[in-house]
Amino acid sequence: MADDYTLADLCIVACAEAWRDDGDILASGMGLIPRLAAGLARLTFSPGLLMNDGECRLAAEPIPVGPRAPGYEPQIEGWLPFRRVFELLWSGRRHAMTIPTQIDRFGNINISFIGAADKPKVQLLGVRGIPGNTINHPCSFFVPNHGPRSFVHEVDMVSGCGYDPGRWAPSVRRDFHELRLLVTNLAVLDFQGPDHQVRVRSLHPGVTLDQVREQTSFPLAVVDGVGETPTPTTEQLRIIGEVLDPKNLRASVFKS
Amino acid sequence: MTTKDVVAELRDGMTIGIGGWGARRKPMTLVRALARSSLKDLTIVSYGGPDVGMLCATGKVRKLIFGFVSLDLIPLDPHFRAVRQAGAIEIMELDEGMLQWGLKAAMIRLPFLPTRAGLATDVQQLNPGIKTIRSPYGSETLLAMPALELDAALVHVDHADERGNGQILGDDPFFDDLYCGAAKRRYVSCERIVPTAELTTLGCIHTLALNRTLVDAVIEAPLGAHPTMCTPKYGIDLDHLKTYAGATGDGWTTYQQQFVDVDEAQYIEAIGGRAKIESIPPTVF
Repeated sequence: MADDYTLADLCIVACAEAWRDDGDILASGMGLIPRLAAGLARLTFSPGLLMNDGECRLAAEPIPVGPRAPGYEPQIEGWLPFRRVFELLWSGRRHAMTIPTQIDRFGNINISFIGAADKPKVQLLGVRGIPGNTINHPCSFFVPNHGPRSFVHEVDMVSGCGYDPGRWAPSVRRDFHELRLLVTNLAVLDFQGPDHQVRVRSLHPGVTLDQVREQTSFPLAVVDGVGETPTPTTEQLRIIGEVLDPKNLRASVFKS
Repeated sequence: MTTKDVVAELRDGMTIGIGGWGARRKPMTLVRALARSSLKDLTIVSYGGPDVGMLCATGKVRKLIFGFVSLDLIPLDPHFRAVRQAGAIEIMELDEGMLQWGLKAAMIRLPFLPTRAGLATDVQQLNPGIKTIRSPYGSETLLAMPALELDAALVHVDHADERGNGQILGDDPFFDDLYCGAAKRRYVSCERIVPTAELTTLGCIHTLALNRTLVDAVIEAPLGAHPTMCTPKYGIDLDHLKTYAGATGDGWTTYQQQFVDVDEAQYIEAIGGRAKIESIPPTVF
């Protein structure tokens, strides 16, 4: 284990675990940390993963983030325009990690707006493809600012569906729905608490369970014998620093 | 046809679909023509970018049917946010795939297409008009995405011939063919009108994305997607998008005078000329 790592490195390594054993599926990491994590998984323990280039091409290797080095052209292995993205994700051959603005204890997430639907206090992106993602293929989440405003009692707009039994009509298929991992700046969590509620799996070095509870608006389940989040290995840090993010864009993630 | 002819054929209250995606290959010359027209109370259907923001800023939108509004390189469009946060427009917020399904259903003359997308979310709760259906081949409940029938579609492509065959050289055709298929009147702007015989010399057959059954009128509009991208010809003009996104409050009046309430030649001059825009490299995401 290496000592010289940052919180961003720790989160990248923790997020990468989401794609372990996923095989030949599309790994979509939305946002810098999830994207780097997907690349790390691809270059280490999940070599079958497919990656896209942010547009409509499948890249044979993870593309380094940031401005491309002069002369660098990614090796392309396939074509994936948006209409094929939808077919692919509805067929389940994808695992996406996104950054929700709000999440509740059942994993309902919001990326659309804060406040009321007819006159929101803060308009965000809109639901994008999150409703279709969450009901069709595995989804994981990264929350860089674990706090009472992101970990809420009730999200303002359920953009992606969680495990809340009250939201599922009995005849709606649930077997394609799987929320796998939830990584924050404080801890690694999953959805294996009672009734698939959010559960703490490990605490980042130096973080206490009380701290995580204080920053969460709902009661948290905790795995038996909760341990510390594994720190990055020297090899993982090398891949992140030399291959995936040579310009160190990740340094800006937790700057504030 | 000219942009003025297009506007003359449109009416208040129409439902208008706009092709492209976010800040990618939006028919902005046509959108600017709408923005400076007297049209009002429009329902806009879009994978939204500055097309939506500009029509919101100029008060053209009564209702928006959308999955997102983003400028891609700038995540949020301030003009869209402003009207939403003022409660000034009605919305029908959809999953991106539902929007595709609605256009597809309209195109192939079906009342709906089934999907799971949207179930168990507030997309379903906030759109009570969208019904569910029980599978006739089992007991599963599915969401029945209603057809999104359009009065008019606006899209921008690289080349078209006079008869209405459209060519998209960019690597993603998005859903432009579905917008055209879902609409009663289909307006295609293009970087250049070319003789039919040239089309297959300019790109492989897969680039011929729109055939004549999907197109009513062709409008030549060089840089017609600016400030969005029309690769391989030009990438996103990020500097201009920043100007656009920064033009909030009183700043919008200045932006509108400079970049909207002008004719196409004046617009190209205002953005620094054709050579400058065509030298913007393809955008890297």
